[in-house]
Amino acid sequence: MKAIDIIPLFVIIPLAAAFLISLVGRFIKRSSEVIIFISSLALLGLSLYARFLLNSAPGKILVYKIGGWAPPFGICMVMDGLSSFMLVTVNLIAFFVAVYSLSYMNQYTDKPKFFTLFSLMVCGMNGVIITGDLFNLFVFLEIASIASYALVAFGTEAEELEASFKYAIMGSVASAFIFIGIAFLYSFTSTLNMADMARILAYKQNAWVIPFAGVLFLMGFGLKSSLVPFHAWLPDAHPSAPAPISAMLSGVLIKTLGVYSLVRVFFNIIGSTHGYLGILMFLGVVSMLVGVVLALSQWDLKRLLAYHSISQIGYVVLGIGLGTPLGVLGGLFHLFNHSVFKSLLFLNSGSVDYAAGTRDLKETGGLGKLMPVTAKTNLAASMAIAGIPPFNGFFSKTIIIIACLQKGFTGYAICAVIGSILTLSSFMKVQRFVFLGEVKDKLKNIKEAPFAMVFSTVCLAIICVLGGLMLLPSLRFFLDDAVAVVLKGTSYAGVVLEAASK
Amino acid sequence: MTLYFLCLMLFCVGLYGVLRKRNLVKIIVGLGIMEYAMNLFFVLLGYRFDGRAPIVARDQNILNMVDPLPQALVLTSIVIGLAVTALIISIAIRIYEKYGTFDITKIKKLKG
Repeated sequence: MKAIDIIPLFVIIPLAAAFLISLVGRFIKRSSEVIIFISSLALLGLSLYARFLLNSAPGKILVYKIGGWAPPFGICMVMDGLSSFMLVTVNLIAFFVAVYSLSYMNQYTDKPKFFTLFSLMVCGMNGVIITGDLFNLFVFLEIASIASYALVAFGTEAEELEASFKYAIMGSVASAFIFIGIAFLYSFTSTLNMADMARILAYKQNAWVIPFAGVLFLMGFGLKSSLVPFHAWLPDAHPSAPAPISAMLSGVLIKTLGVYSLVRVFFNIIGSTHGYLGILMFLGVVSMLVGVVLALSQWDLKRLLAYHSISQIGYVVLGIGLGTPLGVLGGLFHLFNHSVFKSLLFLNSGSVDYAAGTRDLKETGGLGKLMPVTAKTNLAASMAIAGIPPFNGFFSKTIIIIACLQKGFTGYAICAVIGSILTLSSFMKVQRFVFLGEVKDKLKNIKEAPFAMVFSTVCLAIICVLGGLMLLPSLRFFLDDAVAVVLKGTSYAGVVLEAASK
Repeated sequence: MTLYFLCLMLFCVGLYGVLRKRNLVKIIVGLGIMEYAMNLFFVLLGYRFDGRAPIVARDQNILNMVDPLPQALVLTSIVIGLAVTALIISIAIRIYEKYGTFDITKIKKLKG
């Protein structure tokens, strides 16, 4: 087996796991848990292994040709710095969330169905990240989306169904826009391979089709990543899902389907122009402020966290939209950090819900004494999201703000600081009403969450604390390679096609 | 050009259904119309007038053939659309069981 053959495994393993779980999960007790644990652990190991494999690859790129058909005729899978960065992020979070849900999902019936859908979602996300074909990206995006619509409705209570319906309609409209964008680009370039498309677009400049398709993609991917004018579905859908799924949705799904696809299409295929970057930065700043202001008045813990997701996605998009090396570094680093601390926060809210049976901030209080570990992990995550040193959120936010100042966007930098202060105040409210204060009478008897749940939250909290170490020179390659791919822009085409021709 | 314009009209009819209708079922129908419009548009992109099926045969020189790739892609897209529609309809049925109505102005337990 050659080293390059591990690339399709990122799609095969979760698909096979989903198939096996739906086949045997109902008949053999606990088999679904074993399969999901092994598959997510294998995916995490493989993504780390692939990251180190990439260091020794020529040009830091690996191209797998499905069925041996060379691009542009066949579908190829491309593993470069950015893909590998996203794969590590997704599979890291997916592993901890899978471990967490081993215990958490005990309160729901039919665990096998849950793990089947979960695997399909991971498969869709890995596929979106690794594919080198634009239509293939659409198909994987739909796999991930459909699985997530079903998972939001998993509890089948009135609110969950309502949220899922809203999410499904909005998501389908977004997919329709993306599909039409792909149709326009196909009719213009007569190819679907991303690298080939970028090559053809580069010498067919000044056509009205490119900005038109760009706007369609911006609408579609903007809806998927819930930037502010398109955000209405997120505060309903994310809190309604079971806590592990909220963690997956807020932690990685909106970033993979939204931000990653947006970056791939705008930077590597269409080519970033001042116009697109300006729009991205503006949307980022608006999301940042609107999300955090709406979050301040929330009393439902998970809904509050969901509004913060909108706000933090704003930071990521602002950083990437700056287009400078430092800005893109900050944006991608914040993307990683946000997936860690936001999934941790959602998992903690799940632990509170599991133990106390409520997530209304007015009804909880004093849980710090009863659930000491959850209180501490939540403190770590809150400090990380608010950007307090030495947690990882501090470094990424600082880099974004410095990059803004460097490029002369002082107003945006001030907005980022204000957003950060408001985030801090909102999480002080969470700590105050959930973990500090007097214990309510009816909550006297609650216990700390079970071991599997505590294990994942503690591990994620450790990553929150140590995340800043990724900026050390010896570990910088993880981020730097991803930044290099974004900054390379449309010359991505030449690199992929050259690697594929070998 | 007229055909593309008619496709756009069909798409807008579907979008109108999704955005303006209050009945869950009508919203789903609107979504279906939107999907048909975009599939039709993609197939039309590959269509050539008086073209023939893209089958390469020996001692035949085909000058004008339709583009087969959009047809394959649209087939995939139709299947995806089917899955989405089936899922949304089943969610709508469950919503009817819970709320006893299809009117979205009465289905509003989530707010804020």
